[in-house]
Amino acid sequence: MKAMIVKEFRQMRRDKRAMGLMIGLPVMLLVIFGYAARFDVGQIQTVVVGPNAVQVSQSLDSAYDVVEVDETGDRQAVERMLRNSEVEVGIVTGTGSSTMLVDGSELFVAQSALRRIPPATQPEVLFNPNLDTAPVMVPALIGLILLFIGTVVTSLGVVREREQGTLEQLAVMPLRPVDVIVGKIAPYFLVALFDMAVVTIAGLLLFNVPFVGSWLVFGLFGLVFLFVVLGLGVAISTVSKSQGEAVQLAIMTLLPQIMLSGMIFPLESMAAGVRWIGYLLPLTWFIKGARGEFLKGPDFSALALPLALLTLMAAVVFGVAMYRFRGDLAPKRGDAAQEAPFTPAASS
Amino acid sequence: MSWSVEDLSVAYGRTAALESVTVHIEPGVVHSVIGGDGAGKTTLLRVLVGLVLDHRGGVHLPSQDRIGYVPSRGGIFRDLTVDENMAFVAATHRLKSWRPRASDLLERSGIASFRNRLAGQLSGGQRRKLAGSMAVLAHPDLLVLDEVTTGLDPVSRMELWRLIATTAATGAAVVSATTYLDEADRAGQVELLYDGRQLASGSPGAVTAAMPGTIRDQAAPDDPSTAWRQGHRWHQWHPESADATDHQPTLEDAAIVLELLARKAGG
Repeated sequence: MKAMIVKEFRQMRRDKRAMGLMIGLPVMLLVIFGYAARFDVGQIQTVVVGPNAVQVSQSLDSAYDVVEVDETGDRQAVERMLRNSEVEVGIVTGTGSSTMLVDGSELFVAQSALRRIPPATQPEVLFNPNLDTAPVMVPALIGLILLFIGTVVTSLGVVREREQGTLEQLAVMPLRPVDVIVGKIAPYFLVALFDMAVVTIAGLLLFNVPFVGSWLVFGLFGLVFLFVVLGLGVAISTVSKSQGEAVQLAIMTLLPQIMLSGMIFPLESMAAGVRWIGYLLPLTWFIKGARGEFLKGPDFSALALPLALLTLMAAVVFGVAMYRFRGDLAPKRGDAAQEAPFTPAASS
Repeated sequence: MSWSVEDLSVAYGRTAALESVTVHIEPGVVHSVIGGDGAGKTTLLRVLVGLVLDHRGGVHLPSQDRIGYVPSRGGIFRDLTVDENMAFVAATHRLKSWRPRASDLLERSGIASFRNRLAGQLSGGQRRKLAGSMAVLAHPDLLVLDEVTTGLDPVSRMELWRLIATTAATGAAVVSATTYLDEADRAGQVELLYDGRQLASGSPGAVTAAMPGTIRDQAAPDDPSTAWRQGHRWHQWHPESADATDHQPTLEDAAIVLELLARKAGG
């Protein structure tokens, strides 16, 4: 038995990814659940408008982070700010009572605000009046499904070629690397697009989720996000020797995205350090775009930053993945050329 | 048209995988590349198919679409049927009216009855034969085979060799790495590699003749470090000249002796 235990420890020590999962994952879960798993939002971005804006803003609970006070502003301006996610709560003061407009697409922020209604204020929830979960979760789930197909399924598909020795076979066939890369990824891209359509339609029909924004903008977000996740999948495949390794790595990239993207726990409630990790994750920005288009229909300019960041991620991740994948297909380099560059006598 | 690699050297980091290897590849001739593990057989083949580009020396080879290749493992797409594998190769070569030839190749390889079976469900020998059929479908000028018969039963080896011989008979040059010296003995040309160096090159007879000293067939070895089993008896190498009791050396004897000498010279 001792021999078996020693052998197992030796193998375990050499399996760096399994060690990463065994040691890194508990640390990651501790950080996530310790700093991120909070539903109560302590800082609610608020605008106060109307004739009594100054007085009302001074009497608000400390949870309200007043970002703007405008005595000349009106309800219309507040609604626009809410729609464009510039603030989460807008208080429209009048000569008598005030109205507190709450962004219902930010479920936990809205609930926190409704627990702290200022005196003589009438609350009104916009975009998701009943604070239903489905309208908030369905856009995020679309992202999660795309993420799953993009990273897990794509990486497995590419790694399978390597495991079976067919990647090398493809490299010597009369195919250009671009033929192999596009031919390999295009089917996953199309299936993911189909899935996106199916999940969106199912969300609309089965859960009565509203869609008030632009299909074009939503489609654009989906398209760019797909490039990121497919790139992630291919990148994982280029550093994995087996399907088991690819799955391990995919789990390591999926878990933080599920926990820190704002899909479940609101970003606003997370500790600053953990929240910044969330801002580096592509699912965070897809969810912002998708929730916006489903529930609020913001101005395009309001989604320009999420779309630009997602595009930047797509360019970097997809670019690196393609470069590495091309390296897998290209002939291997030795050192001999450093002494005398290869000059073929003829042909290919 | 003949092909060649001249004074070829390849290094992986500080390790020399091939040193000054020259091979002239003639159409219609089967060239056997023999040698032990780490001899450089696979590296030489990978240069031939364009998988290793950085090297010193001259390379004169057909274009990639005129080369058929069966790697030491794989070479088939397991999730495709036998027919779909052939169709994929035909499509990558943009072949027209390829089906009769594909049928003929599968028939000759003895796997025609498995056309609709997934390649992953074929036996090891059937997979190798499918890989061989795929490699020759487009009438390559150069067929490169990396230990395609290793681990196969004698009948499968024979069927695969029939396919290879037929391909050579139609004018293709064949370069085949193998650890089976009986196969190498049937080749037109043999290249013996050891530790990246070319110990011998020529017809099997010429390589055998290049062996210095003599072989004696004995019941027991005189010196175990220069003797090896041959059935129930021993082949003992003697560096001195021949006499009447000497055994006619085989290609295997020559390969062993040349490698022993190379090891001794290398320390």
